[in-house]
Amino acid sequence: MTGALATSRTGRAALMALAFAFLGLFIVAPLVAVFAGALSQGIAAYGGALVEPDALSAIKLTLLVAAISVPLNVVFGLAASWAITKFDFPGKNLLITLIDLPFSVSPVVAGLIYVLLFGAQGWLGPWLEAHDVQIIFAVPGIVLATMFITFPFVARELIPLMEEQGRDDEEAAISLGASGWQTFRKVTLPNVRWALLYGVLLCNARAMGEFGAVSVVSGHIRGKTNTMPLHVEILYNEYSFAAAFAVASLLALLALATLALKSILEWRYGVHGKGHL
Amino acid sequence: MDMPDISVEAGGGRRARRPPFVQPSVIPGFGLTFGFTMAWLGLIVLLPLSALFLRTAGMSWHDFLEVGFSSRALRAYELSFGASLAAGAVNTVSGLIIAWVLVRYRFPGERLIGALIDLPFALPTAVAGIALTALYAQNGWIGGLLAPLGIKIAFTRAGVVVALIFIGLPFVVRSVEPVLADLGADVEEAAATLGATPLQTFRRVILPAIGPALLTGFALAFARGVGEYGSVIFIAGNMPYRSEIAPLLIVTQLEQFDYAGATAIASVMLVAAFVVLLFVNLLQRWTRKRGVA
Repeated sequence: MTGALATSRTGRAALMALAFAFLGLFIVAPLVAVFAGALSQGIAAYGGALVEPDALSAIKLTLLVAAISVPLNVVFGLAASWAITKFDFPGKNLLITLIDLPFSVSPVVAGLIYVLLFGAQGWLGPWLEAHDVQIIFAVPGIVLATMFITFPFVARELIPLMEEQGRDDEEAAISLGASGWQTFRKVTLPNVRWALLYGVLLCNARAMGEFGAVSVVSGHIRGKTNTMPLHVEILYNEYSFAAAFAVASLLALLALATLALKSILEWRYGVHGKGHL
Repeated sequence: MDMPDISVEAGGGRRARRPPFVQPSVIPGFGLTFGFTMAWLGLIVLLPLSALFLRTAGMSWHDFLEVGFSSRALRAYELSFGASLAAGAVNTVSGLIIAWVLVRYRFPGERLIGALIDLPFALPTAVAGIALTALYAQNGWIGGLLAPLGIKIAFTRAGVVVALIFIGLPFVVRSVEPVLADLGADVEEAAATLGATPLQTFRRVILPAIGPALLTGFALAFARGVGEYGSVIFIAGNMPYRSEIAPLLIVTQLEQFDYAGATAIASVMLVAAFVVLLFVNLLQRWTRKRGVA
């Protein structure tokens, strides 16, 4: 496609130069800086920073939090999109808006609301303390905050697609005698599998990388309630820059892998994701 | 038993049956999926959010204004909203240029660059924060070039803007791209054939068509910037009254166990975020209507 504006050669060169300069400065340079920082003390120091016990426990906790919150997000996303796209009921748009709500809440506020609910000074704080249940400054709080932040991810990828696909396939399957569960498994799920994978991918990236919300509820207890992004912060504030960037480089690799898989889903399988994280 | 009086007054006829909540369908599973959706939404999102509002409602107006709009809080809002506006403005221009280049020009590595646009969505904010700080500090690659010119970015308010430009960039590009692709090059050719200069074509033909998408991208980037925490706190310097953003002030208050202060500031920000969200929704509805007409 070349239009009147696009055919001007100098215009084209100038716009491309501007675009590349901006992307170089704001996208490529930070990415390169992460890996350069990680390797600044040599490869041995890089490896050492990753196998250090606190780093390992941060990696384990991050994986654990994602392993709990992502599957729950998938179950919720499938249930919500089934209810919203296969049935007609009043207030549907309001429900969709409410599902999207966590996107417009600051991560710090997301953490704060759980502190107000479960913290020592919170509504349920005294009761939880009496029953010796710890949520804030412990793993359950981190999982809850992560679930809040990632709440819309799978649902918002599935709802537009299932809306577009309509109900004919499911209605046909049911009238041919399939049960609801069979219809879901053999008809709906294959229809939406790539969009579902897309949602899972973005959800997982955000779950593993969330910082603000998790930082408020975690209490930063080394080796116990530190996720990888929190571990990066602690190392950085202790001026262990190379170690901080080493752990950060793992998260950057996760981001690059996410982008690569996301692009493959878009190019090969035609997923038109919303993309926003 | 709902309101038996009305049916009597309605003329003694048979009471009209209330329409069912959900339209009848052969597809099963509404009760299960709808019930689960509502329960989960209530537990994870609505109940915790209402805790914030009930806490705020429990404060007197005087207290709320005193902590929610203290001079320190006002300076923090000023920085968070001001820097988000500035970064949004930069991103509106650069995002438009990048979207234009991606949609209109064919060049090698196009797909790679298209994919990299989403890096700020995928890269954890803390990683972005330390990387930008390393780059823009006075001994960094970019900060080192600017230092002789007397320009300081890291640990100043300018650093906040830099971080928010990074975070907000994909919103504008991704909002404008599809509209620009839909618009096609033929309208530009038509305008040029009719004697319009490139600048006239841009102002009279292209800008009106992509305006709403541009504004949506700006609003989304702005909303994200106001609440952003992870990428900003490393580069900002975090001096109270100077380079302290509103989300950081919430964290600081919490660390000092000042729950009232944190709650008041959080509800101010939440209301601001909802206003932006409402604006974006109205904008998108308006665009859709205009598209149909």
